Amino acid sequence: MANQIALRRPVLDGLSVQRQWVSVKPAAPASRIALRAPAESLSQLSASLSLTLPSKVRASATSGTRTALCLGPDEWLIIDADGVDIAGEMAGVEAFYSAVDVSHRNVGIIVAGEGAQAAISAGCPQDLALREFPVRACCRTILGKSEIVLQRTGDQEFRVECWRSFADYVFTFLQEASRDPLI
Amino acid sequence: MLLIRCPYCEKDLPEVEFRHAGEAHLVRPSNITEMSDAEFEGYFFIRQNPKGIVFERWRHVHGCGRFFNAARDSVSDKFLTTYKAGEPKPVLGDRE
Amino acid sequence: MTAPYRIAGKGHLGTAPVARFTFDGKSYAGLEGDTLASALLANGVHLVGRSFKYHRPRGFLSSGVEEPNALVGVERDAARTTPNVRATVQELYDGLQAVSQNRWPSLSFDVGAVNNLGSPFFSAGFYYKTFMWPKAAWKHLYEPFIRRAAGLGVAPEQPDPDHYAARYEHCDLLVVGGGVAGLTAALAAAESGARVVLVDEQPEFGGSLRFESQTRIDGQDGWDWAQSAVHRLAGMDNVRLLTRTTAFGYHAQNMVAMIERVTEHLPGPLPDLPRERLWQVRAKQVVLATGSIERHMVFPNNDRPGIMLASAGRTFLNHFGVAVGRNVGIYTSNDSAYYAAIDLKKAGVSVAAIIDVRDNPKSAIVDQARALGIEIKAGHVVSGSKGHLRVSAMIVKPRGGGAEQTIAVDAMLTSSGWTPSVHLFSQSRGKVAYDEATQRFLPGTYAQACVSVGACNGSDRLEDLLIEASQAGRGAAQAAGVDHDAAGAYPEASAAEVWTGGMLGVAPGVEDKKAFVDFQNDVTAKDIAQAVREGMRSIEHVKRFTTNGMATDQGKTSNMHGLAIAAEVLGKPIPEVGLTTFRQPYTPVTFGAIAGNARGALFDPTRRTAIHSWAEEHGAEFEDVGQWKRAWYFPTAGEDMQAAINRECVTVRQNAGIFDASTLGKIEVVGPDAATFMELLYTNPWQKLEPGRCRYGIMLREDGYVYDDGVVGRLAADRFHVTTTTGGAARVLHHMEDYLQTEFPHLKVYLTSISEQWAVIAVQGPKSRDIIAPLVEGIDISDAAMPHMSVREGKICGVPTRLFRMSFTGERGFEINVPADYGRSVWEAVWAEGKKHGACAYGTETMHVLRAEKGYIIVGQETDGTATPDDVGLAWAIGKAKKDFVGIRGLQRQDLVAPGRKQLVGLRTKNSTTVLEEGAQLVADPNQPIPMKMLGHVTSSYWSENCGRSIALAMVEGGRNRIGDILYVPMPDNTIEVEVTEPIFFDEKGERLNG
Repeated sequence: MANQIALRRPVLDGLSVQRQWVSVKPAAPASRIALRAPAESLSQLSASLSLTLPSKVRASATSGTRTALCLGPDEWLIIDADGVDIAGEMAGVEAFYSAVDVSHRNVGIIVAGEGAQAAISAGCPQDLALREFPVRACCRTILGKSEIVLQRTGDQEFRVECWRSFADYVFTFLQEASRDPLI
Repeated sequence: MLLIRCPYCEKDLPEVEFRHAGEAHLVRPSNITEMSDAEFEGYFFIRQNPKGIVFERWRHVHGCGRFFNAARDSVSDKFLTTYKAGEPKPVLGDRE
Repeated sequence: MTAPYRIAGKGHLGTAPVARFTFDGKSYAGLEGDTLASALLANGVHLVGRSFKYHRPRGFLSSGVEEPNALVGVERDAARTTPNVRATVQELYDGLQAVSQNRWPSLSFDVGAVNNLGSPFFSAGFYYKTFMWPKAAWKHLYEPFIRRAAGLGVAPEQPDPDHYAARYEHCDLLVVGGGVAGLTAALAAAESGARVVLVDEQPEFGGSLRFESQTRIDGQDGWDWAQSAVHRLAGMDNVRLLTRTTAFGYHAQNMVAMIERVTEHLPGPLPDLPRERLWQVRAKQVVLATGSIERHMVFPNNDRPGIMLASAGRTFLNHFGVAVGRNVGIYTSNDSAYYAAIDLKKAGVSVAAIIDVRDNPKSAIVDQARALGIEIKAGHVVSGSKGHLRVSAMIVKPRGGGAEQTIAVDAMLTSSGWTPSVHLFSQSRGKVAYDEATQRFLPGTYAQACVSVGACNGSDRLEDLLIEASQAGRGAAQAAGVDHDAAGAYPEASAAEVWTGGMLGVAPGVEDKKAFVDFQNDVTAKDIAQAVREGMRSIEHVKRFTTNGMATDQGKTSNMHGLAIAAEVLGKPIPEVGLTTFRQPYTPVTFGAIAGNARGALFDPTRRTAIHSWAEEHGAEFEDVGQWKRAWYFPTAGEDMQAAINRECVTVRQNAGIFDASTLGKIEVVGPDAATFMELLYTNPWQKLEPGRCRYGIMLREDGYVYDDGVVGRLAADRFHVTTTTGGAARVLHHMEDYLQTEFPHLKVYLTSISEQWAVIAVQGPKSRDIIAPLVEGIDISDAAMPHMSVREGKICGVPTRLFRMSFTGERGFEINVPADYGRSVWEAVWAEGKKHGACAYGTETMHVLRAEKGYIIVGQETDGTATPDDVGLAWAIGKAKKDFVGIRGLQRQDLVAPGRKQLVGLRTKNSTTVLEEGAQLVADPNQPIPMKMLGHVTSSYWSENCGRSIALAMVEGGRNRIGDILYVPMPDNTIEVEVTEPIFFDEKGERLNG
């Protein structure tokens, strides 16, 4: 029998950037599911998740600790800050879907402050103005030389998700970008 | 950097999110093992690469992940239209 | 303290604080708001550089970015020396240190100036003709000499300590140029609510209003109007104003690259600020209001310090409050220089005379000059100048010929007209059109959502320009989709300066010798004429032969002159001779700004596994595998690489080894059609693989060649855990998605990358099961319950695992997949158990050796994109009964089934200690004449401590029929004899997998 329980070591543990105009901090560990499903399965899945899955690409929906980001026409990233077994909740769904645990694949970074949009715009070529990318908008895109998933969580707050081994790069990029005081 | 309209995201998005994926409207035959050498050559190796309007595949690889098709002018680099995978070749008569 | 040429009360600097600076070590005082040029001129300094080729003394030609002459070095500290800075652009700050360039030993006495005496020999094409022979002399003699003699400034040798910012920006309207046209357009659009970005390369907006003394808009002085317009724009949330920012590149779909100089004008260093900021602006509409650039008059010795553009003289006077001399001569072929004469005269500066090429100039401004008592010599030309390091006189004669007259001056202002700045328009792929009446190229056919307004569009009348710019601004807002009522009134011109016309090339009756067209590259009118006479027909050839317009100023003042001279000699109209291409950048851009933060850790993502830090702490050497850092080997104290690998290799086979395999690509294939999809994408059969079992899979491209390989575990009827090569992870998923989305979209299956979800700890060796046994919960890992090539889900160290029983070493082995954040902790637990059993940590090199001992291929090492499964001995992995899979038809191609293909074999060197070089070629007869018939090449080669000899794998023509044959490896200094063997060197029966 196991003589010890393995410890979780998040890749950005302890890192944080705080400037007058922007902060960059790792998000707390969370449960994540890469959910893929055709349109006809959505109602069953939404019911099981207690969350209406948004059907439009680039939209997200939040309920309690749980957020569903629609990244493609049949693709959602479900993030639950509570660390629950999301896939388990969907186990009873008979409609066709694929749920894959990616809790450790992704790393979340919270960029907040009046300079948050500017810091991300240092490396993301999309138009992030509020009218184009409102609160709850999300997408998979590029930051510098890394792929990210970007979600606007507030007028001045974004969640950046990237793959674990890119987290160093993405965090350092945002740290460097946040040096620029121009908003 | 070009802007490319992803027909799934329904938005013009920056070229760096996309990857070119070769000529469009080539269908893998279901009876591929029965193709003659000449037929296979035509299917797999021979490409049109015309000067002017090209029909080509793109993938919104750093976005929604979908493959789609585009009609583009290979001289001006301008996209004339993009459309979902599986949709027929568009008629471009009334376009520039 | 007042500088001698500063005129009290003139200019826009007001009571700016004093800024002290040095030039070539000498101290001066200027004002904040000065450029280095205006501050030097305020102190009477005109001589600032030596020309590129002839080392002729040079001063300022202009007051702006078009400056070809006044390139200086600005030295902040050893790491912050900037060469080739235009003194007319560099803003003054207290403590600025500048040095002249391209001179030795000093600016006023320069040895290189003997080139000037020999200038008949240095004429057009001199380098091409002179340094042709002997060819070998180029590398060691000619090129170093030319580079030293012709070099501009010196770059710093230390790394750049500053940081650079970058920003993507999006707007409805980008207005390039903040003069009267740009400000008007920006205002009109901004008032409609459009998102507007207004950009100007100068420190302040206003453009030519900086020097236009007679322009009044809406009842205000032009400059004051500009400042109030800026004030209004600055108060709007929807407007971004960027000064000191140059739009230097116009790309497809209105993406404009711009560089903002953030700290170049400030004393520093300022570590909190980026030195420069690169903007990539995507605009729905672009308004180009880039103005025009004045041309100089072309006449002999027109390059003496003190001879400059009329607009420069006015800018120095009316903006900076600096007189360029005390007795100024004017030489012109159009009206604009008259304004300069009038401004100078009114400021108390003596105007020696206006020399006007035109016989009978008539206009209000000419009358104004005459009324002020300025002498006008109409129908005259300047045929030369005098002076040592500064102009002292102009030589004047009637245009039709006649006696020369020498007129003493201490400065000269010249104008031959204005060239519209169509650079960005042209970069946007717009086509320019030649306007015969005004002898200028203007925007013709547009290629993008863009419009030109003002001087760059040839709009000469201010009244018209204001309407044009207002309408452009509103139109752009509308076109960008901004709803608004186009209501506001247009600004009105209360008084305007008017000039048009001018001339190109040399005035009639004036020699073309030493009549400079391109100052920076020392190209004279004579050079251009000679180039045409020597056979250059196209302006592109003339340009390259003479280097006209090829310097860092890109011919902003010279191109039109050069073109006109070439056209005249060719006897063709200007448009038929053509125009050279306008390339980016509009003005020089630093590499620092383009690189931005992509240096050091941000040059490229460095991907590290969850176990990386452990390896680092345990002394691992790392190798780069794509973007990944992988532990290469783990040397203990005193071990070299080979010793470490020998120890690791032996330890794995004797006891066990622990290896970080986290970088392997992993894809989860889920859905009721998962097995069907796998059958189509891999050569192997998958339908009958039971859940809980694994299989080595091969993926082909449609052409039949091996694309990737990896072990695939079936977790459930509808769920596969697929592994790929480390380097293949992204492209394999792309390849699978391609087929799934476009060829087999009917299949109910989805693919998800899980490469980074799982850290993978390989435990290999006879003790591997004993090592993991105490850590595993809920999985029976006995041979009976969990045979080789099986997979189980359960727990290890209390966390979920996907445990694979598999081997890439030929030993009993496991690969423990755990969620990545647990990777290091689980590794430590495995390591602690491993140590009890004499295990070691091993790296990628040992992994390579161990698999080669077993003859396991690595895709990309044994295969090169043209190998079939059969070529590498894997024909068994093709499902014989399968009706279809990607590559099935490709495999039937004639060449792929022909005899004599290269096949995987082993090689044993005759001398067992000789380790072959990977890539070395194999031949049958080492004595055959060169070029020899090459039979194949070595793909993998190592010292195998376990075999006590070297081992190698090779791809050899008809290799399997050559087993037992002797082949040869010709090397530069010897020939190595090898025996062809089966591609396996250790445990040929495979008994150790369960040993």
